[in-house]
Amino acid sequence: MKQPLLLKTLLIILLVAIFSISCEKKSSQPETTQKSTSDKIKIGVYYPLTGDIATFGQFGKKGVEMAVAEVNAQGGLLGRQIEAIYEDTRGQQQDSTIAVQKLIDKDKVVAVLGESASTNSLAGGAVCQEKKIPMITPSSTNPTVTQIGDYIFRICFLDDFQGEVMARFAVNTLKAKRVAVLYDNGSDYSIGLDEFFSATLKKLGGEIVAKEAYQKADVDFSAQLTKIKGSKPDAIYVPGYYTQVGQIAQQTRKLGMTIPILGADGWDSPSLIEIGKEALNGCYFSNHYNVEDPDPRVSKFVGEFKTKYNSTPDTTAGLAYDATYILFAAIKKANSTESKAIRDAISETKNYPGITGDISISKERNAIKSAVIVGIEKGRYVVKEKMSPIDQNVAENK
Amino acid sequence: MELFLQQLINGIVQGSIYALIALGYTMVYGVLRLINFAHGDVFMLGAFIGFYTANLLGISQPSVGALILVMTVSMAGSAAVGLVIERFAYRPVRKFSRLTSLITAIGVSLLLEYAAQFVFGATPKSFPTIFETQNISLFGNVTISNDSILIIIVSIFLMVMLNLIVFKTKLGKAMRAVSFNLDVAKLMGINTDFIIAFTFALGSALAAAAGILYSVHFTKIDPLMGLLIGLKAFVAAVLGGIGNITGAVLGGLLLGIAEIMVSGYISSSYKDVFAFLILILVLIVKPAGLLGSAAQEKV
Repeated sequence: MKQPLLLKTLLIILLVAIFSISCEKKSSQPETTQKSTSDKIKIGVYYPLTGDIATFGQFGKKGVEMAVAEVNAQGGLLGRQIEAIYEDTRGQQQDSTIAVQKLIDKDKVVAVLGESASTNSLAGGAVCQEKKIPMITPSSTNPTVTQIGDYIFRICFLDDFQGEVMARFAVNTLKAKRVAVLYDNGSDYSIGLDEFFSATLKKLGGEIVAKEAYQKADVDFSAQLTKIKGSKPDAIYVPGYYTQVGQIAQQTRKLGMTIPILGADGWDSPSLIEIGKEALNGCYFSNHYNVEDPDPRVSKFVGEFKTKYNSTPDTTAGLAYDATYILFAAIKKANSTESKAIRDAISETKNYPGITGDISISKERNAIKSAVIVGIEKGRYVVKEKMSPIDQNVAENK
Repeated sequence: MELFLQQLINGIVQGSIYALIALGYTMVYGVLRLINFAHGDVFMLGAFIGFYTANLLGISQPSVGALILVMTVSMAGSAAVGLVIERFAYRPVRKFSRLTSLITAIGVSLLLEYAAQFVFGATPKSFPTIFETQNISLFGNVTISNDSILIIIVSIFLMVMLNLIVFKTKLGKAMRAVSFNLDVAKLMGINTDFIIAFTFALGSALAAAAGILYSVHFTKIDPLMGLLIGLKAFVAAVLGGIGNITGAVLGGLLLGIAEIMVSGYISSSYKDVFAFLILILVLIVKPAGLLGSAAQEKV
């Protein structure tokens, strides 16, 4: 039989080709890392570089890369160069645990940065706490993340603050008192935001007229939105991630609802408007900073990021950049790469002038900083309001 | 009442998408007794071919012509992919047991998914606007968008066309013969390799049509988009009686309406529970599915 032989040869050629391509890629990486092992300070970074929330990971990685490159160009830290090792979590909890274990056990990093999704930071954070390696999460906003233990820090604000800020904005500025909520019931982030938003809204005299849930893999939200439509709300709060939000906005408009949709920092991604298009006009979300902010620190960072990567940074990039610098400042201050010393130095951070605002670390290892409300007008982001932490909050934290 | 009607429309739209994908599943199964797990991934490839075609041609003005053009290119491209898959993955193992083919199908499915992630990137992409969507107010507050109407019409149209091809043409007769008995069909002078290849090409083209309509409606595409929806469409095909073309559409509609009604009146968290509960109940009462029966001609 001639045919099977031909087929087999073809298959073998194909397989060999695939293997040689993948081997080539793999072999080039370890070489560079091996040469440089001994005298470099290694930091571990775990992010969703592929998967559903991949833009967070990709931008976060770029933020870290930029900070590392800048510091290395100025001679590094403690006279040593810095090397960041990146691990992909694919946006999955299990992979996050494995990634952090690998970074600490195999790569022997002195500190860890990551993840963006709270669920994944909880998984990775547990490992860091167990091995007593300091971790800073640049952008996980769920309160439970830093409650893991004394080695886990965050430099973004919390979901309680974020949910509360949006509820204040809805009632005070938009005069929206009847609000429906559509949240992702598989995500700690989304569930947390819904809780804090709803609580503040009720305190301010508003009413949650409908509460509907969706799952991460959903693409059709018409059943939930039809139910929401029946409750005649003034606005819909969707504390989800950008991929679903874009589709939810479109399907909301398809059902003939023109009310504003409100959200949180999970919205922030260049893909948001790409997917949601004009359906997002007149919607608002709370965020850490905005690239349109005229603050010179922000515009300098945005400009340099644009030249380096040819794209506008999202929030994750800014937060990752700040997190990296806070870690470097701590290493410098500790004058050591010993994990306890770094931990203590991070916990003493006061008014660090980051591009996402002035950052202080509280007793609970959370950041005290302000939030912005960003509106979407004709497919562009516009900063609507800057909201500082409410006094009692600050008092509590200090 | 208004709410119920709106939910019913939502369900029919969702069900029509399942039906579109289930058509290809059921046809390939009918002829080959092969559950082509890669079908959902050909659906995904169809969407991506459409995405790149629209971007390469620089379609800026949405129009019916643009939609037809993109859909034709994507259907042709996917049919070619279907032929390649059949030739290099399924044909070599056809003479072995069913299990071998099934495992190969799962392998092809994973290969397509992860090759697509490698080539297209894992980040979800926004499908270009090639068809202007508008809301049509039916009565009161009940609305339907024109792309939803298109999905319903196309799924019924393709069901009718497929029935015509299978039952009214010579090619269809050959397909049915192959489905009855491959060896006897060969003895009767039917070019079985050609018929099977044709079935795959047709099934893949159907998947691509579904992929384009899905992308126009949901606007977001990613390499793993065919995974869950392919599984649901498979369930729809089984529900309607796998191998039966009208059954695939019926099963799809039933599944879609059930999902939406459960989300709308109970909780979205339970929609899959109920959808699969219906499947189990139907299969207990009618093991061959709603329209399937042991004696019926299956294609």
